[in-house]
Amino acid sequence: MIQIFRKHSWLTTALVVCLSLLVLSTACKSKRKRNATQQGDVAEAAVATYVAPGDMDEFYLFSSGGHSGNIYVAGVPSMRHIATIPVFAPYPGTGYGFDKESKAMLGAYTWGDLHHPSISQTNGDYDGRWLFVNDNANNRVARIDLRDFKTKQIFGPIPNVSGNHGSSFVTPNSEYVLSASRFSAPIPRYTYAPIEQYATVYKGIVAGIKVDPNSGELSLGWEIMMPPFNYDLGSTGKGPSNGWAFWTSYNTERATGKLEVTSTQKDRDYIAVVNWKAAEKAVAEGKGKSIGGAKVIDPKDTPGVVWLMPCAKSPHGADVTPDGKYIVCSGKLQSITTVFSFDKIQAAIQKQDYSGNEDGIPVLRYEAVREAEVNVGLGPLHTQFDDQGYAYTSLFVESAVAKWKLGTWEVVDKIPVSYNIGHLCAAEGDTMHPKGKYLIALNKLSHGRHISVGPSQPESSQLIGISGEKMKLLYDAFTEPEPHYAQMIKATTLKPFEVYSKEQNKHPNAIWDIKDAKIDRNGANVTVKMTAVRSNFEPNKIEVNQGDHVTIYLTNIEQTTDELHGFGLMDYNLNVVVDPGETKTIEFTADKPGVFAYYCTNFCSALHQEMQGYLLVKPRGGAAAAARNRNSAGIAGGTN
Amino acid sequence: MPSTANTSAMNGLIQRLDRFFDRELTITSRILIIAGVLLLIPVYLVPMYQMTLISNQFPDGLELHIYAAKLEGGSTPNRDDLREINTLNHYIGMRPLLESDFSEFKWLPLAVGVFALLALRAVVIGKMSKLVDIVVLFVYFGLFSLWSFYQRLYQYGHNLDPTAAVKVKPFTPPLFGTQQIANFTVTNMPEVGSYLMIGFAICLLIAVWHSSSHTPTETKTV
Repeated sequence: MIQIFRKHSWLTTALVVCLSLLVLSTACKSKRKRNATQQGDVAEAAVATYVAPGDMDEFYLFSSGGHSGNIYVAGVPSMRHIATIPVFAPYPGTGYGFDKESKAMLGAYTWGDLHHPSISQTNGDYDGRWLFVNDNANNRVARIDLRDFKTKQIFGPIPNVSGNHGSSFVTPNSEYVLSASRFSAPIPRYTYAPIEQYATVYKGIVAGIKVDPNSGELSLGWEIMMPPFNYDLGSTGKGPSNGWAFWTSYNTERATGKLEVTSTQKDRDYIAVVNWKAAEKAVAEGKGKSIGGAKVIDPKDTPGVVWLMPCAKSPHGADVTPDGKYIVCSGKLQSITTVFSFDKIQAAIQKQDYSGNEDGIPVLRYEAVREAEVNVGLGPLHTQFDDQGYAYTSLFVESAVAKWKLGTWEVVDKIPVSYNIGHLCAAEGDTMHPKGKYLIALNKLSHGRHISVGPSQPESSQLIGISGEKMKLLYDAFTEPEPHYAQMIKATTLKPFEVYSKEQNKHPNAIWDIKDAKIDRNGANVTVKMTAVRSNFEPNKIEVNQGDHVTIYLTNIEQTTDELHGFGLMDYNLNVVVDPGETKTIEFTADKPGVFAYYCTNFCSALHQEMQGYLLVKPRGGAAAAARNRNSAGIAGGTN
Repeated sequence: MPSTANTSAMNGLIQRLDRFFDRELTITSRILIIAGVLLLIPVYLVPMYQMTLISNQFPDGLELHIYAAKLEGGSTPNRDDLREINTLNHYIGMRPLLESDFSEFKWLPLAVGVFALLALRAVVIGKMSKLVDIVVLFVYFGLFSLWSFYQRLYQYGHNLDPTAAVKVKPFTPPLFGTQQIANFTVTNMPEVGSYLMIGFAICLLIAVWHSSSHTPTETKTV
């Protein structure tokens, strides 16, 4: 046999070639390793995240609810969802959007796109008084009071601002809430101009919404007219950079149409650098033009307010380091995060070290202001900080978080996440004194990480431990749509109350005794002062005529925590929930004749089922007319 | 001018080759060739080549199977990999993978058929020369296919739309083996179809060897 192979050496060669091909391909197959998704050390993670029954979490997590219009409150490290705070959309669960007060706040809108929650600050740290949120869709900002976790004000639509995305980041002493146009448009709003005039007639706006230091009341501050770019995310300076604000922008091509292509042609877009104290002063000096009811600064007429700074293309996050010295901007279509030095920016402004201008706004020379380009990985979006001098940048394309050192600008660790992270949130990670310990990856996709719920998949919020050298994946939580950004605050900083005391309840029509309950009639207007207490409504019978306008002032006269009552009224599309000591106004026109029960919707007591009353609506024109109506319109059948 | 010794050596070689090409194929060789042809038939049905793209988002990997006449993505009720690959590739400006762009899908099935027919012809005629013809042609065909496939990979990785949102350095996915391309670990390797083709070649080679070292059965029995 061997002889034969010797004699026919070419045959041997051919066989060897064939065999080696086979071996090679098999080798390739065995090399095909699956990237095992990081599971974390199970036991360690379990201990780190287990909050025993009755024990409390260390941090609050306020996650934005995106187009659900809500804020979701969870505890960290347990990641348990604890409460939902409705802001921009009706929420029957708490009766939000059904009573007169919250209806008035919502106005004509039944949804909002809530992207970026921002906790009020004092000296660059969270003070835990308010949570500000933005509405990307309808150009509003809202204020939630963190004493009772309720939406207290919805401000807007903000004049001239179109697509309020770069919002609601606060200045270090909560002087302003930032606002900016993501979708440049003709100003004032509701002005028509053909799309062909985009580059010249359409305008962007960056703005500061004023916050009353005592009440938190939001009002117009300053606005700056900007070139028609898409202003994306904002951040405020702190410490040495206090008084300045920064926004990333994309589509500095001023392109229209298929932006995916047309807006990504330039290698660099801009960061808007705003001296907001100068803007504030300019408006105070009357330098702004009155447009759409707001004072708008035109940088052409008022220099020294805004500059542009080139940045790796299509940047998303602009994040100021805790010491306020650097601004970290992530160009999502490249693999670097650019660090800009605030000192260098100041020096370049002093020396007028410019490389051009856009509509009269000077463009700072990139090389003059850049401190470092950090090679973080693919698709960097947004950066947060810890208490040990590290920065954490989310990588959307790579589906990972990169940890890197401030100062040396070196990436020291990376952890994969599941999947496609957008923002991330470290404990007080955007303040002057981050708390470290925990980082939440706010991921866009979660498929395969939970028992299946069909095509509509939740987002995922992954808890990552950042105390040690290596990041550790601790917990997968699944979040309602859509956590764009979140704020994590030490729980002890908040001082919520759980009962509205009589003194706190400022409602002019609140009553505190069942005996004060009454029904007044003034023509076709019926006014009811009603109490809710375990387990009755008083009055428990309201008789009106069809077409009467009914106003019910409902006070929950309980003064005990957790004793909520609901007021659901059959067929009238009404459900209001009153917390202990709270008064809400219920208004409706009694246009349907008949008998309708109202009952407690929020379980309260052993006799909760008995907590009910009747609304009796006498038909127009008497019983005979009602019978005719019933038969002809089929009302009874249609409202089962 | 060649010397007499050289001329006679040359003549000797030619004679030896003539004798070799004139050899009858043994029954074993003919059976081997038929076995090889049988191996070729399923080539139409099974994938020849596989690309797997693994990333953090796709820990199970996106799969692409290339058949003799079609392109097929990995497919589960929850994912159509070919569509997904094309959707992702558009960010870097890569042309979508379309069956109609692959001329291979026209000539490859034809070539496989031709080889099967030629192999059967060799069985019938039973001459070494016919068998060697196929072996030589098949080796050429194999090398050409590899070159053509490499070109294909090169083109897809280099003809990137200059207006694409994400600019990547032009690349060539590996012909065999693993390579990191952006956030994907790309592994390419032959599949069953290719192994069957190799099997066909091995059958032919063994057939050549058998008939060159054994006397055909009918003379051997004498």
